Amino acid sequence: MNQALSAHLPALQVIVPLLAAPLCFLLRRPSLAWPFAFVVTLCTFAAAIALFNQTADGTVLSYHMGGWEPPWGIEYRIDRLSSLVLLLVSGMAAIAMLYAGASVAEEVPRDRQILFYTAFLLCLAGLLGMTITGDAFNLFVFLEISSLSTYILISFGRDRRALTSAFQYLIMGTIGATMLLIGIGFIYMMTGTLNMADLAERLPPVYETKTVRAAFAFIVIGLSIKLALFPLHIWLPNAYSFAPSVLTVFLAGTATKVALYALIRFVYTIFGGDFAFGQVPLQYILLSMAVLAVFSGSLYAVFQASVKHALAYSSIAQIGYMVIGVGLFTVAGMSAGLLHLFNHAIMKGCLFMAVGCVYLRYHSVSIETFKGLGRTMPWTMAAFVIGGLGLIGMPLTSGFVSKWYLVLAALDHGWGGFVLIATIMGGSLLAVAYVWRIVEAAYFQDPENDENVEAPLSLLVPTWILALATIYFGIDTHLPVNAATGAALDLLGGTQ
Amino acid sequence: MLLVTALGAVFIRDLFAVIMLFGIYSLVSAGFFLDLSAPDVALTEAAIGAGVAPLLMLATLALTREKTTPQPRAKRSIHTSLLPILVVTMTGAALVYATFDMPFIADPAGPAHNHVAPRYLQASGAEIGIPNVVTSVLASYRGFDTLGEVFVIFTAEIGVLSLLGFLADGSGRQYWQFEDTANLRRHNILHVVSKALIPVILIYAFYVQFHGDYSPGGGFQAGVLFAAGFILYAMIFGLQAAYRVVSPTALYWAMAIGVLLYGGTGVASLLLGGNYLDYNVLGSDAVHGQHNGILIVELGVGICVAAVMMSVFFKFSGRTAHFYDDRREVRK
Repeated sequence: MNQALSAHLPALQVIVPLLAAPLCFLLRRPSLAWPFAFVVTLCTFAAAIALFNQTADGTVLSYHMGGWEPPWGIEYRIDRLSSLVLLLVSGMAAIAMLYAGASVAEEVPRDRQILFYTAFLLCLAGLLGMTITGDAFNLFVFLEISSLSTYILISFGRDRRALTSAFQYLIMGTIGATMLLIGIGFIYMMTGTLNMADLAERLPPVYETKTVRAAFAFIVIGLSIKLALFPLHIWLPNAYSFAPSVLTVFLAGTATKVALYALIRFVYTIFGGDFAFGQVPLQYILLSMAVLAVFSGSLYAVFQASVKHALAYSSIAQIGYMVIGVGLFTVAGMSAGLLHLFNHAIMKGCLFMAVGCVYLRYHSVSIETFKGLGRTMPWTMAAFVIGGLGLIGMPLTSGFVSKWYLVLAALDHGWGGFVLIATIMGGSLLAVAYVWRIVEAAYFQDPENDENVEAPLSLLVPTWILALATIYFGIDTHLPVNAATGAALDLLGGTQ
Repeated sequence: MLLVTALGAVFIRDLFAVIMLFGIYSLVSAGFFLDLSAPDVALTEAAIGAGVAPLLMLATLALTREKTTPQPRAKRSIHTSLLPILVVTMTGAALVYATFDMPFIADPAGPAHNHVAPRYLQASGAEIGIPNVVTSVLASYRGFDTLGEVFVIFTAEIGVLSLLGFLADGSGRQYWQFEDTANLRRHNILHVVSKALIPVILIYAFYVQFHGDYSPGGGFQAGVLFAAGFILYAMIFGLQAAYRVVSPTALYWAMAIGVLLYGGTGVASLLLGGNYLDYNVLGSDAVHGQHNGILIVELGVGICVAAVMMSVFFKFSGRTAHFYDDRREVRK
């Protein structure tokens, strides 16, 4: 039985949350929905841990859906890169669900809570399905599930503007998905296959064709929209800010990360780095957009009146750092990018959770609200400060580790590398500015009344788990560094 | 023709006409699909694009106005109108650029016909044993994609429910059939013709459902056809009569059971020792197993699609009923 379970683990990783969604819908009792969804995310997380351990030594797992061998059937393929992202997504989902109990009860009307959890499970299954699959079209199908459920979840926000921001995201996201589909259609037309490994073998002979080049452009642009890479980021700030708190935590930690994962898959695994960086000038485009993203995102973040907006713009800047790593086309750069992907998810999750605690008490997230919170909500603000230090990149936080690796990777790139290092430093200075504004309001201004309104324990526990993780991964860097380096080696070849 | 209807839909201000043009557009593209030997897709496009979608848009129209309000021209800066034009032109140029090196349509040397496809065409008879290769690929070889698509439909319904209200139905408010169809009811001819047509449509839906192994069709098409027949009933005889036939709660159950039937088939094959969605283990031998598996998952697709379509229609038109209800109260 145990052996059978582990043989089917790749399928169960996605099937469990996917089939749990209609079951959750049938529960009909809002009070049951949260425990049910929480248990499901825990099982999913356990599956991801098991897969992570199985692939840690570089083993590649392949699972044939329906028993049909690829490329005729759909293949699930798990290597060190996908297992790292699976671990991150399911882990963030489990922590977000721990947080959701009290937060959703407050922010979502009771009669819609079942729908919220159903959509959340669908979204989780969609993101996991995108990560685990070895089939280009299957990736698109699960992208649809995750995107559609994300639009729904954003519209649950209490602010009426949640509806317009969900609609804006829907339009942008649909354009992105359509472009991805056009690209996949083109490469199918030129190769006759949809399996990723098979595509990688059959694409080189047709590299020179205009159809494949156009397909590459469509796929990169389509995924860049989902990834919120500058200047295709305009959907992100409002979508993050007006969504319910739990969802902001989950989205910030997973949605853009999985889109970046998909971009890495298409660029490095399917088209191959030699095509993307040799025959097509992808490097210049990615790096210059990333540099602009870091500066514009950080600058906008400094001038926001709402803390959620400031953090959302900061996410655009952080995505810039990850893309710098991915765009360097070296093992060091790729592993730094992946490391930052992992670390940023944790610290941004911590920050948004702290903001969610404040929202629970004050129903507002403007900087005005944060006045004196250091005294009235000491634990929440302490976690916020830890997350903020991570964003800045202080030593002893995980943010420092990934920026350090990024700087080391950029050093190998001569004068261009200095521009990148200057960007990383400049971005960090701007981060000091936007984090300081909030910290200053919280600790150096007087609260309107001195009463202690600390958030309930059910919200503080997950917030502090992530805050401690931010510190832990800043000191013991063993797990993420090894995983990220291993994944980078798988993608770029070569030895440690 | 496609171009003319598309341009018409962009420039005409009367939204009623635009919806009709959308319907025509879908019907013409269904013709195109048929021309390209894809009858399964054509059937879906005709039923959804020309059937259900315009109905839903009409229901929306009943809620809003029939004309668009012209935007004041002065407000538009060059930036807001130039940028979209630039983006659209570049996208179009990229699409044209891509066609330069494409294999011709139905070119037997094209890669799409020479790698994966031949196995589907040649071996599916022996491996799956049903004549309609499209159904074999859709439900078995790439059955997992189809499961994903059914979940997309399910997700869409979750979206409609969370935007338009879910459990609020049971609040005891009376639904009125909406005024547009109140007029329809007085048309004796429509009444009689639809009475005769609806059973035929429903039976045809069942035929498409269960004959999908042999001829174009399957769960998606059958589900839409069934829902279309039912929606016709609701429009002519009123929502109240339709509620008496199927309650919204029954539809919620139906669509969840539909997706679970599909996903559960996969779980059954896991329990019987196969991979997920491996139908070979579901019967006495592989071909029987495939046959059973495809029959069940297609049924799941059909139930889910029909339930979602009907439920979406209920939600939209129920909303209209509320709307008119409110207006009446205001007038009093």
